[in-house]
Amino acid sequence: MPILQVENIRKSFGQTLVLDDISFSMEPGEALSIIGSSGSGKTTLLRCLNFLERPDEGIIRVRDEVLLDAGKANKSDKASNQEIRRKRLHFGLVFQSFNLFPQYTALQNVTLAEELLAKEAPDWKENKTEKLKRIREHGMELLSEMGLSNRMDNYPHQLSGGQCQRVAIARALALRPDILCFDEPTSALDPELTGEVLRVIRGLAERSTTMIIVTHEMGFARDVADQVIFMDEGCICEQGDPREVFAHPKQERTKQFLARYHEN
Amino acid sequence: MSFAQQFPIVFNALNVGFLQTLKLFFVTLLGALPLGLLLALGEMSRDKILRALIKVLVWIIRGSPLMIQLLIVYYGPGLLASRITAEAAANNAFLAFIRSCRWSGGESGRFAAASFAFIINYACYFCEIFRGGIQGIPVGQEEAGLVLGMTGRQIFFKVKLLQMVKAILPPISNEIITLVKDTSLARIIVLEEVIWAGQAFLKGSHGISGAIWPLFFTAVYYLVANGLLTVGLAKLEKKLSYFR
Repeated sequence: MPILQVENIRKSFGQTLVLDDISFSMEPGEALSIIGSSGSGKTTLLRCLNFLERPDEGIIRVRDEVLLDAGKANKSDKASNQEIRRKRLHFGLVFQSFNLFPQYTALQNVTLAEELLAKEAPDWKENKTEKLKRIREHGMELLSEMGLSNRMDNYPHQLSGGQCQRVAIARALALRPDILCFDEPTSALDPELTGEVLRVIRGLAERSTTMIIVTHEMGFARDVADQVIFMDEGCICEQGDPREVFAHPKQERTKQFLARYHEN
Repeated sequence: MSFAQQFPIVFNALNVGFLQTLKLFFVTLLGALPLGLLLALGEMSRDKILRALIKVLVWIIRGSPLMIQLLIVYYGPGLLASRITAEAAANNAFLAFIRSCRWSGGESGRFAAASFAFIINYACYFCEIFRGGIQGIPVGQEEAGLVLGMTGRQIFFKVKLLQMVKAILPPISNEIITLVKDTSLARIIVLEEVIWAGQAFLKGSHGISGAIWPLFFTAVYYLVANGLLTVGLAKLEKKLSYFR
């Protein structure tokens, strides 16, 4: 059974159609990379999945639950705000510009959301110390996996870009999302720092983390993904096994796009 | 009377005046900081009418001299009330209400009027500073909070607030230091603050007349107060320098 099904997503900003009839599905443990030139709608698609944008049309399903059916109006009342919050947690999002909270240490960045969530549980008061300890240990574990065990108490401004992005990945993993999304995770980094971030993402892929990766790193997109989508002007232009798509693109537009990358 | 004889008398009188200055200073801060935040939130709300009203208020208050505002606030209600006859008020609840809106007499009435004018005036300046501080926080901070399942409230208090405080501290410090000195404007409605107390020695106060040095000496009070404030605010700023 697919873990994620996206059907006929359409989204416009004013007169501009940014997503035009996007459909795809993913199996659990699969890594999907999305490539395409800037402005092709890749980021907007990720933002729709994370409820940062609301599609005008289409259905998003995680496992069998319909998270969003844009055809049904359910806007901005209090109950649906709570609903959106809960639904969001199926997804994690790693931003291009990290968006770490500057006033918190690396560890606090990772544990903050989990702590806030735990405080809402009815048994919070009785098991407070126990729970906080567990959340803290979980955060430390995640940061260690990211190779940052000696950086836990540093503030974001004391870390390099690559380290910041790894903290951000740990933070996104802390709430155990079903699907982890990356929005050009290395685009804001110096070339020499991209490697450490890509290595971490590769490690996640090896442990069968379900991931969607929007990226301009073509080699990485090809090697790490089980499926690749090439987007152009809001549409899915080509989609399939990455080795196929990269070696033998069928669409003229895909050929042009990849050719430009091979030149560089 | 020699200077040595004058000094203790003047010193005591100025202290009394400065107490009134400090009172006005603290009351203004206590009122204007929260009111400014409310105005800033109103200015960013989705309600177009509310936004427009606040913009007009801010324009009027920041666009006209505080001294005139003090005069209007203090004398305006009384002048208005005096135009309403007792008969007119008897038949109209609204007119009766306007007629009853007067500041009480004496120093307490003057202090209330001055506090009112200062709070509104400073709230408008704070409002713009707060708005800048809130809007200056990158939108990515809010989005990061949202995708982590935080509520709007949690994002404001746990993520944005401290960043905002850090960003607005320098401009707010500036306003606070200006406020210390601006309190002297209340002299125009004869609030008995430190300048008033100093000036009184020109025209005979406590048996001293024609002495101008007490008026000059009031500057020392402002300097000391602002010196202490500068040190305190710098400490606060330093405390928040652990992040960027």
